[in-house]
Amino acid sequence: MNLAGISLAYLRARPFATALNLLLLALGIATITLLLLATGQLEERMGRDARGIDMVAGAKGSPMQLVLSAVFHLDAPTGNIPLDAAQALSRHPAVKKAIPLALGDSYHGFRIVGSSKDYPAHYGARLGAGRLWGEPMEAVLGAEVAAKSGLSVGATFAGAHGLGAGGDAHDEEPFKVVGVLAASGTVLDRLVLTSVESVWEVHEHGGRKPERREITALLVQYASPLAAATLPRQVNASAALQAASPAYESARLFRMIGVGVDVMRAFGLVLVLAAGLSVFIALLNALEERRYDLAVMRMLGASRAKLMGLMLLEGVALALLGGLAGVVLGHLCTEALGAALKAAQQTPLTGWVWNPQEPWLLALAAAVGVAASLLPAWRAYRADVALVLAEG
Amino acid sequence: MLSVKGLRQRYGAGEVLALERFEAAAGEHWLVLGVSGSGKTTLLNLIAGLLRPSAGAIEVSGQPLAGLQGAALDRWRGRAVGIVPQKLHLVSSLSVLQNLLLAPYLAGLAADKARAASLLEKLELAEHSGKKPNQLSHGQAQRVAIARAVMNRPKLLLADEPTANLDDANCFSALQLLQDQSRECGATLIVATHDQRAKARFEKRLELARISPS
Repeated sequence: MNLAGISLAYLRARPFATALNLLLLALGIATITLLLLATGQLEERMGRDARGIDMVAGAKGSPMQLVLSAVFHLDAPTGNIPLDAAQALSRHPAVKKAIPLALGDSYHGFRIVGSSKDYPAHYGARLGAGRLWGEPMEAVLGAEVAAKSGLSVGATFAGAHGLGAGGDAHDEEPFKVVGVLAASGTVLDRLVLTSVESVWEVHEHGGRKPERREITALLVQYASPLAAATLPRQVNASAALQAASPAYESARLFRMIGVGVDVMRAFGLVLVLAAGLSVFIALLNALEERRYDLAVMRMLGASRAKLMGLMLLEGVALALLGGLAGVVLGHLCTEALGAALKAAQQTPLTGWVWNPQEPWLLALAAAVGVAASLLPAWRAYRADVALVLAEG
Repeated sequence: MLSVKGLRQRYGAGEVLALERFEAAAGEHWLVLGVSGSGKTTLLNLIAGLLRPSAGAIEVSGQPLAGLQGAALDRWRGRAVGIVPQKLHLVSSLSVLQNLLLAPYLAGLAADKARAASLLEKLELAEHSGKKPNQLSHGQAQRVAIARAVMNRPKLLLADEPTANLDDANCFSALQLLQDQSRECGATLIVATHDQRAKARFEKRLELARISPS
């Protein structure tokens, strides 16, 4: 028998009110948890994919589309750029590293990316099996591609034209798998890597050799921070190229998503506040029902402070239980959402990670519990025992 | 053991209790008689330290109640005084056993489960130990309230109208129980009632007169 036991006995004595309060609070906290996890993972993932890439040079069009297509591989490319223009930019003194990308085909919805070996090296990717590509038409699979397709070293496959499933198959130009990358948690996991020449070969079959070779985009790392001031302007001045900054475009994207996130977060907070109000009213009602109990407890030797503690404990216990349930529910919902989105091959989302801000959610729940039980606790503190006992 | 001197209690403009002198020795069983409105409950509340007197002094075992404040007074009451209120006021969310254990816990004493079990046994409540108060008959609930009052072996056992709404047989068995239990812990027993049937069982009586509103 202690205060916690007494509080729990009271909570159990009112199962419906308790369940309603727990549910309200849990839903609010779960909404905020889901937002934290989803935006946190998205930002982390995008940050990892864009790390070390200062600028993307590609065909003219929307700069955000260029970044989404070339860095995150989430959108269609803006078009192609002449190889000689790209090579000229690569040799520019302000450029430290330039990684060419040739897009256009896919395999079962996974993009086939023609690039240099700098591309996997940029992300610090390691081989899980086999070796990197050498000859044209040799391909290296990302970890997720290998797992989903079941292909392994030595297998052959044909790419499909276009970046979605269901394009024309290039059956006459099969790729040969020579390596599989270990999972890196980056965009590489969902890509099929090969040489730029392989991509050209697939598209130039039948002898229609173009006059000028093309690639899709160039990922650029600056030699010095000063380049940021001049290089994009020079690139944009050329007729064929445009420059886009992954950092700037991701920030812009988050600002656009941010409105929706803010609305959802406000919705979650409103739920939490409603829960707080509901706990407050439940405790006030309980106080009314329990004035005799509280008086009897004083009669049995409990101090005013102890009764105040009892009411506070009850509010905080309820809030913390609701908060914990909400965090657990939030993780489960995030995992369920991740599983649902996995089918659409979006950015992976999992509920099985911990966000460093989650303890604050529990603190928020506890604060709501304290706020809701302050007035009831004060009234318990002030109650006149003899008067209550006498009125019977 | 209990000493009351020059006690006055006013409520608003009117006086509800005036008691010049009252002494009870350790282990004595007293009946406080009076019609309703004569201040019996007020006297019990004053002795238990639940009310502060307008004037006068109360001492229990040499301890002047005026010298105890706040939490110290609550703590003293929890340990030294057992109270059976008229409306028993068992805590409805707790089981019979938990209601008994509440007494030592709130008084800051160790939970004496053996004492609780033996009291339940003696008061024929053992089989109801896990029940909630609203599942008990009035007689059973009263026995639980008495058991709760003597859990901490108080020096002073106070009962307010314990025989109200009881037939003759139950009236006497309730009084018998109070006397047995106070004897068992060596407590001074004070029963406040307007029930004339109780006179037969008490040699020491204090008659409180109704004070007409001045």
